[in-house]
Amino acid sequence: MLVMENRLRVLRAERNWSQGDLAERLEVSRQSVNAIETGKYDPSLPLAFRIAELFGLAIEQVFVSPSRAE
Amino acid sequence: MPWTPAAKRYNVRLILLSLLYGAFLVLAVYGFRHHLVAGAAAWIVAILPALPLIGIFAAMGRYLVEEQDEYIRMLLVRQMLWAMGFTMSCATVWGFLDNFGLVGHVDGYWIVALWYFGQGIGACVNRATLGARAVCS
Repeated sequence: MLVMENRLRVLRAERNWSQGDLAERLEVSRQSVNAIETGKYDPSLPLAFRIAELFGLAIEQVFVSPSRAE
Repeated sequence: MPWTPAAKRYNVRLILLSLLYGAFLVLAVYGFRHHLVAGAAAWIVAILPALPLIGIFAAMGRYLVEEQDEYIRMLLVRQMLWAMGFTMSCATVWGFLDNFGLVGHVDGYWIVALWYFGQGIGACVNRATLGARAVCS
């Protein structure tokens, strides 16, 4: 299964947010945040947009396109 | 993990339907044991315990629709797929064994118990592969 790499953990750490804080802001479970961060789950496009918008970034600044990943 | 609002609603429905199942089952068994029902009424009373179980399947479907957390929803779907695969495999194997006279006949409603057991297997697989499980198990 192809999983997108992402910068969620770094972005979260920069803001001093716990996984629970981020989950609360996104209105998802902490499990979801953990699964996305650890690459066990790729979010849907709407959730990926919500995550990017929360950090004030473009979606490709948070998630790495699988075709461009090293 | 904390339960999502949809999971809480599902749990309430599950408890109510389970209580209803218990009540209907006792009613049906009592009615038939004491020869209180016959004719068309017998058909209705015999089907009565099945209705809350059908309601539980519907409640699961509703939970799947109402759950807003897409990751939890994915866990649930995986769990249900495991349950379906397990149940259908067991039913197929048992059907052939039964057909060739190697095992005894089993009442059809046991398929529901198998399906629940299959959900447990699905939850374990989720736990083993993703380190997480949905609450619907």
